[in-house]
Amino acid sequence: IIVMGCLCTDRGKYAALSIAAMVIVVGLPLWWKTTETYRASLPYSQIGELDTLQVTIPPDSSSPLNESPSGSLVIYVIPETSGLLPDGINVYMGIYRTAILRTSLHKEAKMEELLSVIGPKILRIIQTVTFTNNDIKASMSDRVPTGKFTKESLADSMRAFKSSPGNYEITFSLLNPDPKSHDLHWDIEEAVDKYIQPFLDKLSGVANFSVDSQILYYAILGVTPQSLPHVINPVEARLGKKVYIRFILQSCALFFCSTFLIILTAPLYIKDQNGATVQSNAFHSPRWGGIMVYNVNEKYSDNNRFPVQVNIDTVRVMEVFLAQLRLLLGVQLAYVPDDFLMESPANQGLTDWELDRFLWLRTLENIATATTTQTSLAQLLDEIGNIVIHDKIASQVYNAVIAIQAAIAELEAGNLGFAFQSSKEAILASEKAFFDPSLLHLLYFPDDQKFAIYIPLFLPMSVPILLSLLKIAKEFRERRNMAKKKD
Amino acid sequence: MAGAVFGMLLLFVFINFGSLPIKSEVSHLDGEQTFSTSKVSTEEVHQNQVPDTSYHHHRETFQDEERADPAELWTSPESRSQQYETPLVESQVEEGGQSEAPATRNGLAESGQPPKVNDRFQEELVIRPLLSGDVYSSFQFRTSWDTDLLNKQKKVSHFRLFPKSLGQVISKFSIRELHISFTQGFWRTQQWGPPFLPAPPGVELWVWFEHTVQDVDTSWKELTSVLSGIFCASLNFIDSTNTIQPSASFKPLGVANVTDQRFLRYAVLPREVVCTENLTPWKKLLPCESKAGLAVLLKSEKLFHSSFHSQAVHIQPICQDLQCKKTSWELRQTLSIVFDLHATGQSKREWSLFKMFSRTLTEPCPLASTSKVYVDITETPKGDDMIEVAPAVTLQMHAVVLGDRRKYMVYDLMTPEPYGSLRSLNILLKWKLQDSEEMLPPILHAERYVGGYGLQTGEIHTLIYNNHPFRAFPILLMESVPWYLRLYIHTLSVISKGRENKPSYIHYRPSKDRQYPHLLEMLVQLPPNSITKVTVQFERALLKWTEYPPDPNHGFYVSSSVLSAQVPSAVALDANHTTEGPLFTNLFPIMEESSYFMRVYTEPLLVNLPTPDFSMPYNVICLTCTVVAVGYGSLYNLLTRTFQVEEPSAGLAKRIANVIRRLRGVPPL
Repeated sequence: IIVMGCLCTDRGKYAALSIAAMVIVVGLPLWWKTTETYRASLPYSQIGELDTLQVTIPPDSSSPLNESPSGSLVIYVIPETSGLLPDGINVYMGIYRTAILRTSLHKEAKMEELLSVIGPKILRIIQTVTFTNNDIKASMSDRVPTGKFTKESLADSMRAFKSSPGNYEITFSLLNPDPKSHDLHWDIEEAVDKYIQPFLDKLSGVANFSVDSQILYYAILGVTPQSLPHVINPVEARLGKKVYIRFILQSCALFFCSTFLIILTAPLYIKDQNGATVQSNAFHSPRWGGIMVYNVNEKYSDNNRFPVQVNIDTVRVMEVFLAQLRLLLGVQLAYVPDDFLMESPANQGLTDWELDRFLWLRTLENIATATTTQTSLAQLLDEIGNIVIHDKIASQVYNAVIAIQAAIAELEAGNLGFAFQSSKEAILASEKAFFDPSLLHLLYFPDDQKFAIYIPLFLPMSVPILLSLLKIAKEFRERRNMAKKKD
Repeated sequence: MAGAVFGMLLLFVFINFGSLPIKSEVSHLDGEQTFSTSKVSTEEVHQNQVPDTSYHHHRETFQDEERADPAELWTSPESRSQQYETPLVESQVEEGGQSEAPATRNGLAESGQPPKVNDRFQEELVIRPLLSGDVYSSFQFRTSWDTDLLNKQKKVSHFRLFPKSLGQVISKFSIRELHISFTQGFWRTQQWGPPFLPAPPGVELWVWFEHTVQDVDTSWKELTSVLSGIFCASLNFIDSTNTIQPSASFKPLGVANVTDQRFLRYAVLPREVVCTENLTPWKKLLPCESKAGLAVLLKSEKLFHSSFHSQAVHIQPICQDLQCKKTSWELRQTLSIVFDLHATGQSKREWSLFKMFSRTLTEPCPLASTSKVYVDITETPKGDDMIEVAPAVTLQMHAVVLGDRRKYMVYDLMTPEPYGSLRSLNILLKWKLQDSEEMLPPILHAERYVGGYGLQTGEIHTLIYNNHPFRAFPILLMESVPWYLRLYIHTLSVISKGRENKPSYIHYRPSKDRQYPHLLEMLVQLPPNSITKVTVQFERALLKWTEYPPDPNHGFYVSSSVLSAQVPSAVALDANHTTEGPLFTNLFPIMEESSYFMRVYTEPLLVNLPTPDFSMPYNVICLTCTVVAVGYGSLYNLLTRTFQVEEPSAGLAKRIANVIRRLRGVPPL
């Protein structure tokens, strides 16, 4: 009987063990596999490498060509005796990518000496026309802790719209608070063609711009002149900022609002902090747009019938708007030393070297933004296991990483144009991946619901297995103790 | 060389920002210092500025002429053939013989000078006292713009009166025509008679796209999301399951060269609730907003305290002149309200503008070229005036609207006369008869209901009334039924006067589950003085549990069916006038003198679908798991349990005895 009993308990033991083994070998992987969220593999290591970004730009061995490529600068060196530049001016910057440097040269001087003399001067030119450390810090102000850069560069960066590869929409709005007494006319079409379009054509490689205008009637600023900063809110509602269009076109809407406030009895003047009247009567709000107050100064005789015809001097207006537009787009102003002479960009509103400077900064900014987006996306996906990663997102991430690497490579090779294009692609792809709605689908599937569904099955199934395993273990231990005792 | 360089040298931009606090969000910019653009361009612009005074002079003359005798303008018997396409059936479409059109007088042409400004704004309010004692007010604002919004070469981007948001939508999506209406409440045709512009409850949107549009479905999808942003409505619920392409019921109302239904999309959201948030963006499309003109009356707290509210936007290209060589874009914003006699009017048969809108009129919109209020003072069938109107004005006119000759009192807000000494116009209506009169039944109306019992099958009944004593006329019936009601089209029956009435044209597109709805269009001839009953059976589908809305027991809406008809008119219609008439008389193009176009919407249906218990999935999971666990447990027991022979244990009595013995210190048994 004892022998039989031993055999029997052994059989039960093996059965329990094999069931436990089957559950572990077949059941658990099956459950794991069927409830898994799909996660495509991502280049985590490459993204990690991007985090420490270093760009070195080699000095360019320039050749004096007529058509200098984007991102280069041709410097002509002229002797000090030359009368080409006026007194006190040592450097002249043209509107293209050329500079004339006047420096003292000895005809007998050797090449090395020559270089050592003009080297620092050239560096000075380059710093002026390209960018300085502060500029970079400013353009990456979102990622660099504040306090590391000067007030002025911070102001510049806050003023400009953050780098966005989409479309800019520039809207000129004429606000007419009293259409009953004033009939305003502005030849905006011509003014835009004349002043704004050349500037935008120059920037056409950077982004797509669309310009439109509207006239809003009965738009009253609704604030006392003292609280000018609060002026925007009541106007804003009337502008119809189009979030929906932005959502669809993935464009950045840039709103450029122009207000003409006409007050018959009391014209409105904007004063600065010192109490002096600002001559342009304009101000602008960072990353939003600009406002100009246009006072109708004409005196009306009694026989004038209302509404009075008012033709707006578009030249005066467009001058201010072009300056504001430059600031809003982030075409920063270089610090110009006293002995530099800059040629005015005339009609185009932007010189070639300014465009280059803008491109340099934008490229770096784009690369930095795309990198941050990528790192935070990788971090997010790593931390939250619930997120489904589709192949589409993975390919966007790969594209972004490749584009960032390409942009850096192009920058190092000195091809500014290509670098900018790549950085634009990088930012587009990374934003697309980051904001893909499919990432959110399963994000809010709470754990307690999962347990509620699993417990009715798992609890009754695992309890007997665990108990019998415990029993087997106990028996095993007892038998070992018995064997020891026997010894 | 050096001199030339000097001439062009100008010190560039200098901006003083240092002294300003950066955080203040607004920084001053000094323009004079900022800019010194080249002198050359400045002078150029000055030369190009032409003093612009001719426009105003012209506008004044135009108004004066209109004011002279409005009735004469639109009742003069001119024969102008139509350029418009008939909105009814394709077989009726006739090419407008514009070459035959005689040169007629035109307010614009007569002033001798082409208009300087190419956009116009007109506003109008029609107040019609209804026989039930309610008051129907219909606003219409028309903005027309002589431009081509669809021109790809030269993008139009400078907006004056036309709202920028809509103009951009039209050019971006290449839209030929856009009609959208938001309606709260149901128009009771039997009590109120036909409306000027009918609309189904909820939101109705139909759009004709330009034939250059490649992917109409994508454009439609994007357009609906853009419009839901503009009008703050849930138009994003429009998808392929409720979008149809009617073959005949919705023809372009404006000038059109496309009649291929592939470029038409039509959708109704019967469930959409219309409220203040939809009215506010609608008002923002007006040039004067609600600051001046008729729009000051549009106060939302009053407008939504009514039994019917419908606001609409219609954009369509229209002919600029009689020759129709050029088109201009027209935006019609209409708003109709019916104020309830008992809820709003405190059961007193006395109405005034102030009582209805809590505002009075003080001035027209300065941008409007016409601004008028019409009050319907048509005599009752008994032959006496139904109401008394104060202040009385001498200007009266007759117009034929919806097959009926009606008399209107006209208040021209552009003149100072109607405002009186108080400088405000508060029109007062007073019913002469204190009890409501029986209204003549409308010539065409329809009703619809769901029949059948149980949750499996049902029947849709549509009753169409032709109350014309002796004329039969065809109507076009369009039904759009969601896919979850599976129509049995073989059970379709059309019965008039107890006899089967075979439709002469049927267009049916069966539904596809979760993809598109049923579309049924029929051309039915209605015999005179008859009721035509259209029935069709359906089966209710069982949805997936995620497809149910949050309140599934409320029921599912089926959008109104649409009846389009050319209704024979008792009065000869004036098919000649173009833009000179009151705006409400030409909402639909008039084809011929003997009939007028009319659209009737039936009630939307509310159908219950079999609704599951939504805790069911969890219950099923729990139950299944329990069953599996029980089965598994016994199987496990069978497999692992071993049977052993056990020594028979001592009986209970013996054990108790032993315990007692132990206590006594006696050795156990």
